[in-house]
Amino acid sequence: MPGLNQFLILGAVLFCVGIYGALTKRNVIVLLMCLELMLNGINVTLVGFNRFLAPPVGVSSSPFAGQMFALFIIAVAAAEAALGLAIVIAVYRVRHTVQVDEIDLLRG
Amino acid sequence: MSPLLPLALLILLAPFVAFLLNAFVARRAWALAGAFTILGVGTAFVASLLVMGQVLGGARLDVPFPWLTIGPNQSSVIELGLRIDAITAAMLIAVTGVSLLVQIYSWGYLHETEFDAQGHPHVHRDPGFSRYYCWMALFTFSMLGLVLANGFLTLFIFWELVGLCSYLLIGFWYDRGRTEARPLLAEGYAGQYADARLSPPEAAKKAFLTTRLGDLGLLIGMLLIWSQTGTFTFSQVEARVAGLPVDIVTIAALLVFCGAVGKSAQFPLHVWLPDAMEGPTPVSALIHAATMVAAGVYLVGRTYFLFEAAPVAMLVVAVIGGFTAFFAATMGLVNNDIKRVMAYSTVSQLGYMFLALGVGGLGVALFHLFSHAWFKALLFLTAGSVIHGSGTQDMREMGGLSRLMPWTFVATLIAGLSLIGIPPLSGFWSKDLIISAVEHHHPAFEPGRLLALDLSITGLLVFFALTTVLMTAFYTVRLLWLTFGGRWRGDPHLVHHIHEAPAPMLLPMLILLVPTVIVGFWGSPFFPDPGSNFVGLIEAHPFQEDMSLLEVLATVGLAVVGIGIAWAMYGAKIVDPARFVRLTGPLYSWAYNKWGFDALYNWLVGGLVVGLAWVIALFDQGVIDGVVNLLARVTVGLGRIGRGFQTGQVQTYAWVVFGGVVIVAAALVLPALFRGV
Repeated sequence: MPGLNQFLILGAVLFCVGIYGALTKRNVIVLLMCLELMLNGINVTLVGFNRFLAPPVGVSSSPFAGQMFALFIIAVAAAEAALGLAIVIAVYRVRHTVQVDEIDLLRG
Repeated sequence: MSPLLPLALLILLAPFVAFLLNAFVARRAWALAGAFTILGVGTAFVASLLVMGQVLGGARLDVPFPWLTIGPNQSSVIELGLRIDAITAAMLIAVTGVSLLVQIYSWGYLHETEFDAQGHPHVHRDPGFSRYYCWMALFTFSMLGLVLANGFLTLFIFWELVGLCSYLLIGFWYDRGRTEARPLLAEGYAGQYADARLSPPEAAKKAFLTTRLGDLGLLIGMLLIWSQTGTFTFSQVEARVAGLPVDIVTIAALLVFCGAVGKSAQFPLHVWLPDAMEGPTPVSALIHAATMVAAGVYLVGRTYFLFEAAPVAMLVVAVIGGFTAFFAATMGLVNNDIKRVMAYSTVSQLGYMFLALGVGGLGVALFHLFSHAWFKALLFLTAGSVIHGSGTQDMREMGGLSRLMPWTFVATLIAGLSLIGIPPLSGFWSKDLIISAVEHHHPAFEPGRLLALDLSITGLLVFFALTTVLMTAFYTVRLLWLTFGGRWRGDPHLVHHIHEAPAPMLLPMLILLVPTVIVGFWGSPFFPDPGSNFVGLIEAHPFQEDMSLLEVLATVGLAVVGIGIAWAMYGAKIVDPARFVRLTGPLYSWAYNKWGFDALYNWLVGGLVVGLAWVIALFDQGVIDGVVNLLARVTVGLGRIGRGFQTGQVQTYAWVVFGGVVIVAAALVLPALFRGV
């Protein structure tokens, strides 16, 4: 039976894999996937905290606050992915590339 | 009310209305334009004769019009105004009389007759005919206003206006370039004596700028007088001048004299007048011989109370005048352009007038101004006739015109003899009075009180006056002989086209012969009564130095010697001019090159002023621009540093954010770790 630490380690590993990919990969699609990994790392952490450290019912807040956060993040992440992919398609039509280091119009 | 005021207003307004009509109504109607100006000036001339009648009867006018009230408690009133006295009346007659005749003359002068291959005449009218008469009317108005002014301010306004008209009329043929220097020999002497000529616009600018230099002095002098006396009006300044320290009066008088030097082309601002001959010849006759250039003499005469109170200023006027008379005559001796010889002659005669003013002869100076106006205007009109008829103004190309243009010849001869000072023509009387005044100068003029050089200064002035008589005779006869004597030396095909002046030109010349002959008697001993004698009218107390027979013989004798030398060189050809030039080579070049003044001023303006401007430009470009550029460069440099951060690489930004988060997290977590949690 895994305890809180296992959840936290899994969440941290997921987040670190995501951030490593986000900082090093050049492909926008991979970048978006890495962002998803980071968000899901957070989700695992939130759900884990809620499972093991939730306050008693009726004290101050909902006993499902962690799960609710995770659900909202999933919804927002879905919207973000849709928006991100739409931007990627639009950029690709203009620049014919999805390599993020080639998209530098804002260079000073 | 004095009947003089309506007359004065009529004199001013008639030419001004002509100017307005020409400027706004008769721009295309050339005949109307000429008629307006002639009528306007004619009206002013008749009114001037009436004014002279009143003035001889003892009437005087001095009306101020308050213009501005300024200062603390509205204490200072600045006035404009009109004044008429004997000086004004004489000037009015000279200005309107010469102007009227010149306007009539111009009608003919601006119609050029050209002959085609078959010898048929074609009359060609100058396209600027209306413009010419418009400016001539404005000039006459301005000159009359200058003469009628009762104070420095009114005078200065019209003083600047005549300068403007002079500029406009010198540059009348603004589309003409420089007259090319023809490869002609100077006096048959091969060599380097080419005339450097300016184009009309260049000459106009030169005249305007040179006279402006003097006007600046007049302006400062005017303001100095105002600051000391609180008024611009001549009569009030005169009343208060006795209470001023003599140093202030001297400075004020010298500054006023600066204006006169510029306007009357006296040394060292004489350089503009010969170049002003690029204008039409009637303009030269009216503005640059008879009226405007005499305005400087008039100004000094009008403000004579300042000079009488400042002996040093008197001395300066006398020396400048005497030197200019001598100096301009030397340049007239060698010039080959008929108009330029006359221009140097004008400068020289104006020098005589200042010489007379400087030695205390106010009435004598104005008498010479008055008689000179008529005969010099006539000389210029005859020169215009010669240029109009022969198509050249270079005397080396002329000759033999006395048979082709007999009337012009007679007029030139009489006017020339008057200029030389042959009795009984007008120039004789006025010039002889000046020489007499120099020899027996006014008691107020004693250089000995100022310097221990009384004898030598007076001697120098007498030397200037007498040698100028000799030189005047020489260059006048040389001009007459080169133009009218001998044979035509120009293009032989042109000789059949040479014609006597048409009636509108001939008539004014013949009319001008009358004053040239008779005006001199007005100031002569034939009018012994000081109330009717010209000199007596101007000066309340003319010094009574009768012309002694010896003096008259000396001056006329010198003139005859001058005539004789010119006759020997050009008439009888006893002395070959080319040989003479070779003998006096350096002296001849010295005079021919105008004593080097054009070169000196070119060097001063072109070298010194432009050099100074170059230094200032260096400061402007180095220091002023440097500070501005430094600021710009600092900003650009900072921006260049800043743009290094702006890579456009989204991952670089992500790295920065990540690094920031790590640092913040470390700052929060590490202290807790070290505290041993």
